[in-house]
Order: sequence, then structure tokens, then C-alpha cells
Amino acid sequence: MEILANLIDGFFIAFEPLNLGLMVVGVVVGLFIGAMPGLGSVNGVAILLPMTFLVPPTSAIIFLAAIYYGAMYGGAISSIMLGIPGASTAVATTFDGRPLALKGEADKALIAAAVASFVGGTISIILFTLFAPPLADWALAFGDHELFALMMMAFATFVGLSGDDIPKTLFSICIGLVLSSVGLDIMSGEPRLVFFDIIGFMHGINFLVLAIGIYGIGEMLWTIESTRGEPSMSKAKISVDRIVSNLKEVSGTWVTALMASFVGFFVGILPAAGATPGSLMSYGFAKTYSKTPEEFGKGKVDGVVAPEAANNAASTGAMLPMLTLGIPGSPTTAILLGGMVIWGLVPGPMLFIEQEEFVWGLIASLYAANLFAAVINIGFIPMFLWMLKMPFTILAPGIFVLCIIGGFAPTQSMHDVWLMFGFGVAGYLMRKLDYPLAPAVLAIVLGPLAEPSLRQSLLISNGDITAFFTRPISGTFMAFAIFLLLLPIIKAVRARMVGNSSQ
Amino acid sequence: MKLGKKLLGLGIAAVVGIALTVSASAINSAEAGWEPKKPIEFVIMAGKGGGADKMARLLQTVIEKNGWSSKPLTPINKPGGSGAEALVHLNNASDPDHTIMVTLNSFYTTPMRQPKLGVDISTFTPIARMAEDTFLLWVNKDSGITTVEEFVAAAKAKGGDWIMAGTGKLSEDNLLTDFLNAAYDLDMKYVPYKGGGKVAKQLAGNHADSTVNNPSEQEGFYAAGTTVPLAAFTDNRLAMFPDAPTFGELGKEFVYYMQRSVVGAPGMSAEAATYYQELFAQVFASEEWASYRTKKSLQGELLQGDALMSYWMHERDVHRAMLQKMGAIE
Repeated sequence: MEILANLIDGFFIAFEPLNLGLMVVGVVVGLFIGAMPGLGSVNGVAILLPMTFLVPPTSAIIFLAAIYYGAMYGGAISSIMLGIPGASTAVATTFDGRPLALKGEADKALIAAAVASFVGGTISIILFTLFAPPLADWALAFGDHELFALMMMAFATFVGLSGDDIPKTLFSICIGLVLSSVGLDIMSGEPRLVFFDIIGFMHGINFLVLAIGIYGIGEMLWTIESTRGEPSMSKAKISVDRIVSNLKEVSGTWVTALMASFVGFFVGILPAAGATPGSLMSYGFAKTYSKTPEEFGKGKVDGVVAPEAANNAASTGAMLPMLTLGIPGSPTTAILLGGMVIWGLVPGPMLFIEQEEFVWGLIASLYAANLFAAVINIGFIPMFLWMLKMPFTILAPGIFVLCIIGGFAPTQSMHDVWLMFGFGVAGYLMRKLDYPLAPAVLAIVLGPLAEPSLRQSLLISNGDITAFFTRPISGTFMAFAIFLLLLPIIKAVRARMVGNSSQ
Repeated sequence: MKLGKKLLGLGIAAVVGIALTVSASAINSAEAGWEPKKPIEFVIMAGKGGGADKMARLLQTVIEKNGWSSKPLTPINKPGGSGAEALVHLNNASDPDHTIMVTLNSFYTTPMRQPKLGVDISTFTPIARMAEDTFLLWVNKDSGITTVEEFVAAAKAKGGDWIMAGTGKLSEDNLLTDFLNAAYDLDMKYVPYKGGGKVAKQLAGNHADSTVNNPSEQEGFYAAGTTVPLAAFTDNRLAMFPDAPTFGELGKEFVYYMQRSVVGAPGMSAEAATYYQELFAQVFASEEWASYRTKKSLQGELLQGDALMSYWMHERDVHRAMLQKMGAIE
């Protein structure tokens, strides 16, 4: 009951005119920042942080959280419309969002993304409201062994899926892993794979550079080849009937949305993980348990719902360790944390006790910001669809420019832009040779999390691998990962047995 | 693409609009002499969200809030290679008068460990040392340890299984761990993590036995009573942790600080250097900075110009000796 009373107090704070106004402005600004390729919530929050001194801390965090939320919605837009991930968190959304748009069903993908984001956001905020302090303890209990086991599970979902060519999937994962190890290795203190001593490799390979290269440049090359310069027009339409039928179809994916919300939220809570691994993992899970996994990657609504529900849920989840432990769960929350320090608030276990107004004002504003973001996003859909009506010959140069901006923005170095072109050409060739690209993207995201945690665990347990199986949380994850890896073999054996008996 | 462009335009307009509002309030510090002619590149030698990043954003905020600079500071994070990327960026700055950087102790160690970078910090322009951050030895309260004596006994008993979490191999934390191992004849195992926040979490979650965090990294857990500071690597006890003695009091003379300084690109004109020195002296004297220093237990007076350069040269020698002892350099 105390929670309810606190929450009601929080709503009074959130609905003060200043806070409400900032929330709406924040959501709209976030939506556009998120929709720009390369610019994500991190950039939005970092750019606008100095603005927040003009208002009290509670209003400031409401504003920044609204941007964070808006950007999560916005990221899906360019993923779907242009095939370029609008933000790192929306990489997985391109896997099925883009094919849907190419089929002329961009409106369906956009509505699915908005609804899923809303579901993910709402479920995660409810979990946050009810269980914030115990969940913080859970996040603390997560050590290196557990983190590595979780990463193994994520990889296993991408390998163990039926449908794709397994050796090619493994090859793609390995490429991603090698690329993810470029840069300074904290375990040895030495730089690794700094090709030709080019200083740009020192900061490692930002996976957004890989994703924009593959999905932006590579996709464009692919389209140019497959249309042979013929101006292709998208058949995107919007009408009330279509919206209603789309909503019906999207509501059929509620199981996926629910699963993805929980996965996203729990991965988001873990310090260091954040929304990007969460959304990729949910995509993998959705594909694993789907009855028709072969439809994924070709324009399946579940493939949009899973990552979008997950990334919004994860963004709420990531605030939990930030507020309760003072440890950011994602790059964006790291900046928010910086903001809190500047406002003179000390994040940590005492925040919920000493700064009730701040915490509950924020929580209540998340409910409201989530609703606004969904409504505003759906309202903009006709405008986004307009864009798709351009002939490809006009759209292509625009995409090209956006790719360059997206490659340059995160680190502001031309090195990354050249690298992005390289990945674009490589991605195009891999696609021609029928290599799945998603596993490479997954690997470059999860590699930097999996590799140090593996080495840290082995260092702690003196090189003893069995520790991964004897610790309860880690053991469960590992068992599940192994099951997923063996799944194709089990399926093959079963298929053969069925084949034999029918003969 | 009309609409796409419009969209792009809108996005840019939003950002520019906001930037304008910020800088509009910042117009005019009526200082004589050299003035920046374009936005100042404010390089941060660390990733977003880390200690150096938080401080840089605070400095930027204090300057912009008070309107002390006629042109905005644009922060750019260059964390690559323990600051290697940032150092090279500064070394090759095309416009040294508009390029400054927030730096820490990797300023000394990275050029020594990676001579190929061709960076000589004695050519850089000293602007201001804003503070020195402190280090303490921390344990989890579940361990029941409250003194260094108990810590030594417990760590000895566990031998090589005692885990000291720290920030990266050969980082400041690693130097301190080596010192403790040598001073108390211990065999602690050093496990590197990316960033002080993660290190603090390892201790709070009982995944590590001890750490040597900065106060700002542990303050949340300390306030909640989860972690306990045992002793400080400082000259005097810190007001924030009156019960933690210095290692000097315990008979082990070891003092170590992390500099929080602002440095200008090599080849910066004397007029520009004076401008930035005055700017950051103003920040140092501000109320915001003073309260931040108190809250984070920051030490160290303002050092500028030649005094700062001779401090750097001294610290560089100290770090060279430490790295040689560890066998990291010749």
C-alpha cells in the first residue's frame, strides 16, 4: 500500500505543468534523435544534459528520462523505413522490420514497434515499481560466471536455431568476435589487433559502425544490384482499416511481447549489459521458440515486436542499478548518473529513502512518458510512410548521407566512416554468398561483455571451468545454452528416426 | 527524400536550437585579450560516465551556466587505448588554440608504455590541475574486517585466493595492489574490470574481497553501510572517513593521488594559454567546484603554468619508477 501511496504522490509531481511540458518536449526530441541513424539516446541525453541546470533535479531527470524513452521508440523508425539502425538498441529491429517495409507493410512494422515498445515499457515500469530494492540485490548477486553463462545462452540462441546454415552462422559469429576484440585489452593492458598501428583502432570497433555499414551501405548496394537501377516504389499505404487490421495482427504476438519484456528488463538490470544485448537476445529467444523460425528475417511481426518490447523494457531496467546501486546499466544511464552527481544527488541504496520525491516523481513520469511516446509515435506514422513513396534513386543518396552521419556521430572520427564503408562492401559480399549477418552483429555486441567475464571468472576460479556449472544461476544458464546448441542435432536425429519408421 | 531531409533538418534544428539557447545565456565574459573564435574542443581522456567524464561535464556546466566563455565547450570522449587516442589527438591538433583536454594519471603512463605514439607530455600546454582524487582500501562489511591488521591477517590466510578487483592491468589500482602485496607480504590476486563503478559493484556483491576505489565510486555503498574503508593512501585523514587512518599512520609511507587536470594541445599560443588558465582558475574558485570537491573528498590545490609542468615532470618520474618495478617498461 505504501508503494501505491508513493506512486500517487509521484503522479502529482509528474503532472505539474513544468514537468508535464518537459516530458512531452523530451519525448518528441528523443523520437527525432533516436530516428537519426547513429544518434541514439546516449547522444541526446549527453547533448541536453547542460540544459538541465535551469530546472530542479526532479524536472531534469523527468526530461532526460523522456528523451531516453522517446529515443527508444525513435530508433525503430529508421531501422524499419531505411534499413539503417537508428540507434544501437534498434539493430535487431532491422532484421524483420526492413523486410516488412520492403513488402509494403511498413505501417504494420511501425505499429508493431510502437505497441511493443509500449507493452515493454509498461511491464518493466510495473516491475520496477514493485520490486526495485530486491531486484537490486539480484543484480549484485550476478558475478562474472553468471554474466558469461548468460552471454553463452545468447550466442546459443543464434547458433541453435534451425533454418540457417550452422557452419556459416558460426563463421559469422567468429568474425564478429574477432572484430570485437580490437582495441585495448584491459586484462593484459596491451592493445590488440591495432592494424597498421592506425590510432583509430585503439578505441576498438564500435558495433554501430559495423551495423550501419552492413545494413545501410550493404543493403543499398544490394538493392541497387537487385533492382538494376529500376526506380522501385514502395506500396506503403495507411488507412483506418489497415490500422485496425494491423493492430489485430500485432495483438496476436502478445506472448512474444511478454517474453521480450521480461528478458529485456532482466538483462537491462544487469550492470554493463544494457538495452542492445537485451533486444538481440529477445530476438533470438523469439526465433527459438517460434513454430515458424524460418519466417524470421523475412518480415515476421514477432521479429519486430521482440526487440522493440525488449529495448524499452531494458531501458527502464537499466535505471534500476543506476538509482539503487549507483552503477549504470547502459551508456545512457551512465550519463544520467553523471547528471545526478552534478545536481548533487548521491545515487545508491540510500536514494530511495532520502530522495523520495525524486525517485517517485521519476517512476510516475515513466508511466506517463511511455504513454505519450506511443501516442506521438503512432501519430507520426503517416508522415514516415510518405518518405517511403520516394523512388529508390532519390532515396539512396539520402540513405548514403545518413549512413555517413551515423558512422561519424558516435566517435566523431573519419576513421570510423572509412571502416563503415569497408564493412558495407564486406557485408554485401557476405550476403551474396548467403552468410547470415545478424550473428556477426550479435557477436560484436556481446563479445566485449563475454570475453572479459570469461577471463575474469577463470582467473578467480584458478582456471577451473566446472565453476560455470556448479554455481546455481550460472549452471542453469549453461545447461540451457548447451541444450540450445544441441537442438539442431536432436532435431536431425528425430527427423531421421521418424523417416526410418515411416519407411 | 524531401521529407527525409525535412526530418533531418528538424532534428538538426532541434539540436541547434537547444545549443543556441545554451550559448545565448553564455554570451560575454568581458575579458580583455585573446578570446576563442570558435567552439572549444574539450577532449575527455576517458569513456562516457566515468569519473573523468563526470568531472569534465561538471566543468563544462559551471562555465556555461555562469557564461564565462563566449564560445561553447564541446566535449568529445576519446577513451581508446588508456587515453592513447586522446593523447595522439591532442598531439596532432590542427587548431591547438581551441583544443583542451581533461586528463588523469594515464597521461604519464600511456606515453611511456606505448613509445610508438610519439607523444611527449613536456610539449603539452599546462592549464590547470583542478584536484587530486584519493584512493582508499575497501572491504565488504560482511567480511567483518574493520582494520588493516585484520585485513592483512585475512588476506594472508586466503593467499592467492584473495581477490582484489581493480580497473585494468597496470592501472592505478594495479600499482596500489602491488604496493600492498609488497608492503604486507601478501599474494592477492588482481582481477581487472572496466571502470571503477564495476569494481565497486564487485565488492558490494561479494565477488571480490577488496578494492582500492576512489571515494566517489564507493560513496553510495558506503552510505548504505555495505562497504567499509580501512585506510587511505593520502597525507592526512579524509574528513569524509574520519575512522580510516592513512597508511603513513600505520607505518607504511605510501601516498598516491589521481590528478584531475586540464591540459592544452602542444603549440598553443601564450595568449590562448593565459585565457584558459584564467578561465579554469575562475572555475576553481566557484562555489559549485568547491562543493563538488568537498563532497567527493578531492584534495590538491590549484596548480597552473610552470608549477603544473614541474609537477607533471615529477609525477612522470615517480610513475616511470613504479612501472619499471612492475616490469612493464625497461
